[in-house]
Amino acid sequence: MDTMDEKIKKRIATSFFKTIRSFGVMLPMLAGIILMLGLFKVYVTPEMIKSVFSGQPLQDALLGSVIGSISTGNPITSYIIGKGLVDDGISLFAVTSFIVAWVTVGIVQLPAEAALLGKKFALARNGLSFVLAILVALATVMTIGVIN
Amino acid sequence: MQYGLYFLVFIVALYGILFFFDNERIYRALQISQDIFIQILPVLAMVILLMWISNYLLKPSTVSKHLGKESGIKGWVLAVSFGIISHGSIYVWYPLLKNLREQGMRDGLIAVFLYNRAVKIPLLPLMIYYFGAAFVAALTFYTILASVVEGKLIELIESCRAVE
Repeated sequence: MDTMDEKIKKRIATSFFKTIRSFGVMLPMLAGIILMLGLFKVYVTPEMIKSVFSGQPLQDALLGSVIGSISTGNPITSYIIGKGLVDDGISLFAVTSFIVAWVTVGIVQLPAEAALLGKKFALARNGLSFVLAILVALATVMTIGVIN
Repeated sequence: MQYGLYFLVFIVALYGILFFFDNERIYRALQISQDIFIQILPVLAMVILLMWISNYLLKPSTVSKHLGKESGIKGWVLAVSFGIISHGSIYVWYPLLKNLREQGMRDGLIAVFLYNRAVKIPLLPLMIYYFGAAFVAALTFYTILASVVEGKLIELIESCRAVE
């Protein structure tokens, strides 16, 4: 009969191998995503992102959410691009939806999210996040307007 | 696993094709991918550790109690807090969330966790410098609010699907 120590060691080992096995199954997808990110960063530059905005607030807000949704990388990049856009006269509404969508919507990561968390969940979550990015931008900018 | 392998093979094939047209950029893309991998290694290690701990310590009844259907407001608060605290790339957290869901975590709270990753506490000073404190305070408040709205909507969608 196993002692308490042996039972604990066995449980630690079992949970460790279960973890490694789960992670191993997901490794090809993670590797694919990382490689895809490399391609994205080379072919989609901040200058390309900036060139898309026209100066029309509503159109830019929708575009902001679209561009943010397909962009990826450190959120600091979105802040720097966003600041540049504001300085160039693009509406804060558009910039805010861009910054929010950058982090909350993940078109590039969608294959991984769908594979691991389910296609319906991934599509619903990203779709709602896209719409909410615009609503959060609207609420934030209106609140700032009231405060100022 | 199969879908992941097909996806990886597709991306590698894409690299192969693009290499013939633009090998300089492909080398750069590979370098960037390598940098990303090195950058996420500490977070990957932490996620593996958290998965190991959750597999060892958490029973499905525990996860269900705190993050499942009967978790109540506590579950929402936990999901918001962990989302804000979590760092690193979003895709690194998918395996842990899959694990927790298998142990009983609600989809609504998974959505809340993922949405609150938009609140990056270490980056708040930079955001305040660029956009002002009032902007950041309002954005943070509405982001957390939107996360709960999204979580509730996800659960509403799922309950409608269940009825069908």
